[in-house]
Amino acid sequence: MSGPTHWQEAVIERIASATPRIVSVFLKAELARHIAGQHLDVRLTAPDGYAAQRSYSIASAPGQPLELIIEKLDDGEVSPYFHDIAQAGDALEVRGPLGGHFIWRAEDGGPVLLVAGGSGIAPLMAMVRDWARAAVDLPLMLVCSARTWGELAFGEELEQLEASRVDLRFVAAITRGPGRRPADRTQRLDAPALKELIAQWGQVPRHVFVCGSNRFVEGVTRGLADASLPAGMIRTERYGGAE
Amino acid sequence: MVTRGFTGRRPSAAFARRLPPGQFETDDFPVLAKGPTPELDLATWRFTLSHGPRPLASWSWAEFQALPRTRWQGDIHCVTTWSKFDTRWEGVGIDDLLAAAGVAPPSAFLLALSHDDYDTNVPLADLVGGRAMVATHFDGQPLTAEHGGPARLLVPHLYFWKSAKWLKGLRFTARDEAGFWELRGYHMRGDPWKQQRYSDDP
Repeated sequence: MSGPTHWQEAVIERIASATPRIVSVFLKAELARHIAGQHLDVRLTAPDGYAAQRSYSIASAPGQPLELIIEKLDDGEVSPYFHDIAQAGDALEVRGPLGGHFIWRAEDGGPVLLVAGGSGIAPLMAMVRDWARAAVDLPLMLVCSARTWGELAFGEELEQLEASRVDLRFVAAITRGPGRRPADRTQRLDAPALKELIAQWGQVPRHVFVCGSNRFVEGVTRGLADASLPAGMIRTERYGGAE
Repeated sequence: MVTRGFTGRRPSAAFARRLPPGQFETDDFPVLAKGPTPELDLATWRFTLSHGPRPLASWSWAEFQALPRTRWQGDIHCVTTWSKFDTRWEGVGIDDLLAAAGVAPPSAFLLALSHDDYDTNVPLADLVGGRAMVATHFDGQPLTAEHGGPARLLVPHLYFWKSAKWLKGLRFTARDEAGFWELRGYHMRGDPWKQQRYSDDP
């Protein structure tokens, strides 16, 4: 038996620091091509057979080497393993790609508005990368919230991408420090801030994806409702119970 | 397959017995939803029991409050692998709802319908016999919007995506019709003790 729900071995190719609290884990596994926004289930098994499994969004573009980003939760069971123990060459089990709602394909069209809180950027990064590779003519705005610029995953890659693509607007919303670029915001993403960002963008979004902690997603989606975006165009993914 | 260096954090033996396979216990109450949390007005809220497109019975919020109340305490299990123990709920049992409607079940399958256009299928057998309710209170308090308030389905013996939030009705269907997640790769029944997470899980 194979397919997305069949557990299979994956080998860690590389682990890289994305921010002080987030690592990028690159995996080699024989999985079907994913759609941007999908996730993998990851299973770790101890010598006595005890196993723990968690879901992680795929941050890489479809067809590219699998990249998961994993934030360290101090009281976590699985994330400390990836931060403190795992090394290139280690094997674990994965299944996927999974998920059929929080996904975007180039043929779904745009304009596309992506709003990420913290490590919630993972599935949205897959969408941005897919969008960039598809070279489709549709506007995309990515708004990423992080406490400081240094805690923003993929900041440099996004800066470089924005420099080469006029139809990409990338805004960092930094809540506890200075911004780095003129477009950056230094306040929370409340309704007035979101309204202003959409007005400055000058586009009417067709698809909206919001990913982050529940508190972040609740705040942003309330703000988007105040900005008169219909609920039916907004898809959400909420991370964990850490709030 | 053993993962080098992984030891894990085992639950106590008492907790382990209560955890379905692949689950971990949390004190939190994580929130998952496909979109924004709808804001619902109790003045216009209605709950409708229907057979296909045909309404069988319908209650306003005030009328719904007058139905017999049911309490349940126990463990809930989310397909994203968290479980929460000893949760306390209050609402209207599906048995009482059917009795109040005064109808014999016209089929063996239902779809739970939500205000955010979410739906999920649940067989009648999983809803009756004291196994499910329309919950309006959690932990002694009115159910908050992010957890599905003012009213959500509670089918605690199945994965929690079956316990549809922001419930507006139950619809009898002629056959077992897939709902929102079931159309997107998730299991038609979702028994956590059998790990029925995805459509091709046994």
